[in-house]
Amino acid sequence: MRNVQATQLMFELSRPGRRANMLPECDVPTNSLGDLYPASTLRATAPELPELSEGDVVRHFTNLSTLNMSVDTHFYPLGSCTMKYNPKRNERLAGLPGIVDLHPLQPDESVQGMLQLLYELQGYFAEISGLPAVSLQPAAGAHGELTALMAAAAYLRDRRESRINVLCPDSAHGTNPASAKMVGFNTITIRSRADGSVDMDDLRSKVDEQTAVFMITNPSTLGLFEKQIRAIADLVHSAGGLIYLDGANMNAIMGIARPGDFGADMMHYNPHKTFSGPHGGGGPGAGPICVQDFLEPYLPVPRVEKRNGRFVLESDYPKSIGRVRSFQGNIGVLVRAYCYIRAYGATGIREVSENAVLNANYLLARIKPLLPVPNGDRCMHEFVASAAALKKEKGITAMDLAKRLLDFGFHAPTVYFPLTVPEALMIEPTETESKETMDAFVRAVETILGEDAAAVQAAPLSTQISRPDEVRAARKPVMRWQASQ
Amino acid sequence: MNPEDLKYNVSHEWVGLIEENGEQVAVVGITDFAVEQLTDLVYMALPAVGTRVKAGQEFGEVESVKAVSALYSPVDGEVIASHEELVDNLETLGSDPFGQGWIIKVRLENVTSLDGLMDRAAYLQQCADA
Amino acid sequence: MAYLFNTVEDVREMLAAIGAASVDSLFDCIPREYRYSGALEIPPAMSEIELTRHMEQLASRNQGVSRNVCFLGGGAYDHFIPAVVDHLAGRGEFYTSYTPYQPEVSQGNLQVMFEYETLICELTGMDVSNASLYDGASATIEAVLLAMASKPKCTKVLVPDNLHPEYRQVLATYLQWTAYELVVVSCPDGAIPLDNWIQQIDESVGCVVLSQPNFFGIVEDLAPVAAVAKDAGAVVVAVCDMISLGILASPASWHADIVVGEGQVLGNPLQYGGPYLGIMACRESFVRRMPGRIAGQTEDKHGHRCWVLTLQTREQHIRRDKATSNICTNQGLFALRAAIYLALQGPVGLRETAEHCAWKIQYLQQQIVQNERFELRFAGSNWREFVVRDLDNDVSTLLKYCRERQILAGLALETWYPDMRDCILIAATEKRTRAELDQLVELLNAAPRQKEVSHA
Repeated sequence: MRNVQATQLMFELSRPGRRANMLPECDVPTNSLGDLYPASTLRATAPELPELSEGDVVRHFTNLSTLNMSVDTHFYPLGSCTMKYNPKRNERLAGLPGIVDLHPLQPDESVQGMLQLLYELQGYFAEISGLPAVSLQPAAGAHGELTALMAAAAYLRDRRESRINVLCPDSAHGTNPASAKMVGFNTITIRSRADGSVDMDDLRSKVDEQTAVFMITNPSTLGLFEKQIRAIADLVHSAGGLIYLDGANMNAIMGIARPGDFGADMMHYNPHKTFSGPHGGGGPGAGPICVQDFLEPYLPVPRVEKRNGRFVLESDYPKSIGRVRSFQGNIGVLVRAYCYIRAYGATGIREVSENAVLNANYLLARIKPLLPVPNGDRCMHEFVASAAALKKEKGITAMDLAKRLLDFGFHAPTVYFPLTVPEALMIEPTETESKETMDAFVRAVETILGEDAAAVQAAPLSTQISRPDEVRAARKPVMRWQASQ
Repeated sequence: MNPEDLKYNVSHEWVGLIEENGEQVAVVGITDFAVEQLTDLVYMALPAVGTRVKAGQEFGEVESVKAVSALYSPVDGEVIASHEELVDNLETLGSDPFGQGWIIKVRLENVTSLDGLMDRAAYLQQCADA
Repeated sequence: MAYLFNTVEDVREMLAAIGAASVDSLFDCIPREYRYSGALEIPPAMSEIELTRHMEQLASRNQGVSRNVCFLGGGAYDHFIPAVVDHLAGRGEFYTSYTPYQPEVSQGNLQVMFEYETLICELTGMDVSNASLYDGASATIEAVLLAMASKPKCTKVLVPDNLHPEYRQVLATYLQWTAYELVVVSCPDGAIPLDNWIQQIDESVGCVVLSQPNFFGIVEDLAPVAAVAKDAGAVVVAVCDMISLGILASPASWHADIVVGEGQVLGNPLQYGGPYLGIMACRESFVRRMPGRIAGQTEDKHGHRCWVLTLQTREQHIRRDKATSNICTNQGLFALRAAIYLALQGPVGLRETAEHCAWKIQYLQQQIVQNERFELRFAGSNWREFVVRDLDNDVSTLLKYCRERQILAGLALETWYPDMRDCILIAATEKRTRAELDQLVELLNAAPRQKEVSHA
């Protein structure tokens, strides 16, 4: 049934003279381009774009889409990515005329409805985080980290403090140290203990008058709440440093605990995770940040404000770090987050986290007899199992298990992250999965564990391709199609 | 070169001394043990000729598909040759790590920088303990 | 509640399997003193019908370009989006999937990335494209950082002030934390003054950023400007409009080393500023440090051609604090839209679209200056937008008058250029009809003038 043409490249489907058509006849005088522009600025030959009919394009991309697993079609327990259901109403509402068709530089008077939405959304983000000042501008979680670290650096500069170190736990996302480096900080790694918590002795030995910021993901990438968070915050604060909370895992604690209440000075959200903005095959995301009042003057511009009952985009903040991107932010993602929050309301938002944590603990309880979960019997919204024993006994790695799950119609968990757990399988069911789906997943894992190692190592068998040669791709990279191929 | 005659870094680089054009030159590479641990190398970044290197400091990188490892110089001096052909023939690192798999040649600032390095027996012991 | 699954019975069974007394007890790991006991100040839940009504009400208080006529540009443009783009990008298999960590079940997305990369290489003349960055401005700073990393002895980043002001602001924001200095060359006549430019070039300049067309819509002969920079050892970063490349020379032909741009124009909606599409392509020598994901071709174990993410060691999840950039997500869905758009356009469609933009602007310029109140601010060859000077110096009244008549007439340039408070930046895409162009001219002519107001 599979359409084999689907795997041809659009360039191979091209036939000279074919085209899709959208332009009318030009209704103004059509001068020769040579009369309008210097010859040196004009193209001598056309770019080699494919020549296709509209039907070609539709069939090509439709068939390609069927080669993907997605949340709409499959259970997608990809840990730390929060692959929850993406509400269809949000797609329609974000596409309304008057929402999707606003030019970013329209005068404020012509976008009062949009500015009201963004202003209210700032309030919701502040409320859920317990941190009062919000910037919607950053384009992604990593961009939010970078923006908040710049605000922290500007704050320290303002106070004439030359603190140069950013501390990150060894289990942190790679974006944390990479962001710190871009703001000119040195990064220092803090050890985690076997149970995933911060090694306080190691932290104490590394916090000093050079400490600018401690970046912590809480709940952690192991799916555990860092119980020492107040002690950590007190230690860092007493040394004059700030606490950054990576909000990647906010899906576990909305309405249950607020970062601003447990010591954070700044944080980002990932609305494409927590607030159901679709992941889009790798983006777009958004990375709004929330900070304590004392950091507010340093937030990027413009910001959405309410003045005398009108909403305005305001850029007049002399201490601001400046602008971190063009225009206002990834508004389309933020509109979906707004719709999501309004659909749940205050109590519903809390129930999201309750159900996310309930589902994860249920799956943990069912998986644990099959695969060791090194860090305890309970988790928040996700947990990390280990295939280390399986590898030792049968030669089946976390990757083999992940690949074999694909044959059972399940997307694989996140494998080999965090780095602190050998043969890690990071599993996050989210709140938008049923018990039956999770039970089926457990049965698949059970079946696979009973299979011969050779069968598992040969997986996946049912997919269109199997185990692509990544070494070859990286050694002699082919990164574009060429006619000679 | 004969592995028995070489000196070794904790970070798995080897160094051997040769005579070239009448002066003493240090040849640096990485050990067979390191190549095996790194698995499936895909890329290597080498220093330009003329670069100053210092013992214990990075002078280049090797990459596998999903890891990057720094190369640390075992000696102080100036790079006088960089084995660029290796970048396109990384399998040589595995097939002949102590010969055709050499990475850089260094004009030594002082021979004493070799003093802190391990001999073959000590290095093999380190690998066995790992 | 809205999108949840668990019934009362499910919860009971699940708690029993867990061995927990209540859902609340699952949160015992959070010390009591941090537990939030208040009620979040968020309005009560809305049903789909209520939410739809609410959003329609908010939308009705915005003047979108589908119900107004848009002459706004300045980095975001009201180009036509074919139905096929929305239809295909609206498939759940595309927009509800994620980064292709498992290539076996992501060949659709990976092949699209590879096709997108090829399309961008074709347009720009570069060797390699990544799979996208956030937007044009952030792609520009990423290009600058990539360029400067390749010139360790250089300290200066040289840009003309006809580069998009917001892009310059972003450069300033990022560069304040580095050892690099941002040097801005003034362009009083709209185009880069070659003599002044040459004076600013020396061996301390690590990279220059040139835009085509520039912020004022002028198509410049950038080859000599780029050549002097290149001869002095600087990396040339080009900021290009992808639709203009249907007719304009590829930046590779005028010596660009890294090409970036705002891909919103390629089938992506305005949506008040984002998400957009950051385009970045470069010559092969930069690829090992280029930020962003890249799809590459390989074979699977059966020898079938297929695609994977490649050169991943460049990225933050491996290189951490040594990565070129902290970037993790890209704009996959918008790169997909761009690929669909370009596949529909083909070489002929893209050329014709670019031609229409050229001709519409040419016509509009000629009509506007019929009124002695207006003149063209700069000499030069414009594409898709241009700057008009209002000799009455009453830009805000003019724009308000038009807006009240459903015409978004242009951008007041005073926001970014204080000495241009009498200037408007007007853009016209292929969507604008002759009737709409004439209507704009009529309104500009009919707008009340201060002299008349004072007489009244």
